[in-house]
Amino acid sequence: MIEVPMGGLWRDAGRRLGSNPAAGFALWAILSVVVLALIGPWFNPNAFDALDWAHVAVPPSFQHSHWFGTDRLGRDLFVRTLQGTRASLLIGLFASAISLLIGISYGAIAGYLGGRTDSLMMRFIELLSGLPLVFFVILVGVIFGRNEYLLYIVIGAVGWLTMARIVRGQTLSIRRREFIEAAVASGASIGRIILKHVIPNVIGPIIVYATLTIPQTILFESFLSFLGLGIQEPQASLGTLIADGAGEMEAAPWMLVVPGMFLATLLLCLNIFGDGLRDALDVKER
Amino acid sequence: MSTSLPLHPSLSRIGSVDRLVPMIRYLLKRLGAAIPTLFIIVTLAFFLIRAAPGGPFDQEQSLPPEIVANLQAAYGLDQPIWVQYGRYIIALVHGDFGPSFKYKDFSVTELIAQGLPVTFTIGTIAIVLALGLGVLIGTFAALRHNTLADYASMSVAVVGIAIPTFVVLPFLGLVFGIYLHWLPVAGWESGSIKHLILPVVALTLPPLGIITRLTRGSMLEVLRSHFIRTALAKGLPLRTIILRHALRPTLMPVAGYLAPAVASILTGSLVVETIAGLPGIGRYLVQGALNRDYTLVLGMVILYSTLLIIMGLVVDLLYAWLDPRVRLQT
Repeated sequence: MIEVPMGGLWRDAGRRLGSNPAAGFALWAILSVVVLALIGPWFNPNAFDALDWAHVAVPPSFQHSHWFGTDRLGRDLFVRTLQGTRASLLIGLFASAISLLIGISYGAIAGYLGGRTDSLMMRFIELLSGLPLVFFVILVGVIFGRNEYLLYIVIGAVGWLTMARIVRGQTLSIRRREFIEAAVASGASIGRIILKHVIPNVIGPIIVYATLTIPQTILFESFLSFLGLGIQEPQASLGTLIADGAGEMEAAPWMLVVPGMFLATLLLCLNIFGDGLRDALDVKER
Repeated sequence: MSTSLPLHPSLSRIGSVDRLVPMIRYLLKRLGAAIPTLFIIVTLAFFLIRAAPGGPFDQEQSLPPEIVANLQAAYGLDQPIWVQYGRYIIALVHGDFGPSFKYKDFSVTELIAQGLPVTFTIGTIAIVLALGLGVLIGTFAALRHNTLADYASMSVAVVGIAIPTFVVLPFLGLVFGIYLHWLPVAGWESGSIKHLILPVVALTLPPLGIITRLTRGSMLEVLRSHFIRTALAKGLPLRTIILRHALRPTLMPVAGYLAPAVASILTGSLVVETIAGLPGIGRYLVQGALNRDYTLVLGMVILYSTLLIIMGLVVDLLYAWLDPRVRLQT
């Protein structure tokens, strides 16, 4: 692999990212939320599904152990929100990983092979992006709602189209370059060329779009959970908590505000950081 | 679609009537091509929802089994699935979406006809607002590139893009409804604009953010091009340059986003109508699927798919109108 120019590119990108205060702040905010979600519940004595009948729907306060208040069943919102954040993050990462895997391999293969295979494969993507995929996912969610893993796979399977397009475009632009020719001449297999030579050279856009895919999948998961199709009770996701909170916002606004702020912060910062990364690596939209 | 250079600008203007015939031919061809696509979507959705466990009459546990059997026979659910599929498709070709299984005495067409005006109203206002404001703010931000106004617009845009509708709308309700008492939190009264404001704002924000961003990026690129430099050198006023020369090419990526924007507004209307309690069609998809109201779900899928296909067509026509080099070909 070519180390020297890569190092230069990354050093430049790092400097540009460093001079973007919004992206830096967003990164810190993301890390804080992640750390809080991971270790926060340890510092609170309540379990995420424990019912505390002495404190039903109490507002946030440090007088009792329910720092963010409780819901209608006396369940602690601090622990449930962090638990929900953890669930949303996990699903976001998992579903993003699936869509990256599909998108990168599909795009790299189409771009590298080129010609008729490429135009056929791109035709298929065009066909898929014309379909109302969201509605199909909702149907799958309703029908197989109890099977969470299937749902994550479906969420991941919807998000790969953009990634495939971008990787394909990038691959097309490097497939005639000398180092690819050298690999072909030395008898490397197609799989090896794509894995060892194509993908490492288009890694910049991949990282950028991976960063931007994560908030999209988190949003999609919480959307499905909000509709009652994702995570099921007594487990919580930010989507289910917000759905509960929206129903109670007149009497217990903290039930909406606490999980709402967590989701909003997380999505906003992931987007800002992803945008910053894109500007830093100077990736073109198309 | 392919691109070729025009002969001469004046020729293409004269040829605008001659372009009408290929355009109509193109439209007919594309509509013809949409029918197999719709057919595939309907078939997929049909067998998908039939693969779901349970049936439309499961929730009514008080019913004795004989009556359930009678109900199923009345709706043709006792037939083999291929027969049901064939019957459904044949009815569909005749424009009959079938009866709803849950809302008895209503046909799917009637249910959709009842709810559609509400969804159509908020959806249309949202898309018009998102387009108008997005292009305006995006252009403004591009002209004030790297100033405070630019950064402010982009910050608002990223907030609109990142924060989901189902967070924005309850928060707006909390602030403007519960604390300030300016607007109703939920509910619907025919002809009441007040009830529409919050749902429409929540629905507008995500596409508005994206359109603002697209316009700004595209406008920045166009402003750097040679023909704009020429126009500036001629001493044309900035307003003329923007309106007469820069806006049209700028709108290309915005036009391309139109179909996803409609999809995003349709998805958003599911959420908005649930939270704000609007009697639109948004609730039918999720409720219908939960109730195993097979015909209602299929009707919704057909409606949404048709809309998206039409939007795709509109985008192609817009491309041809915005950029005379684009020739409509199938």
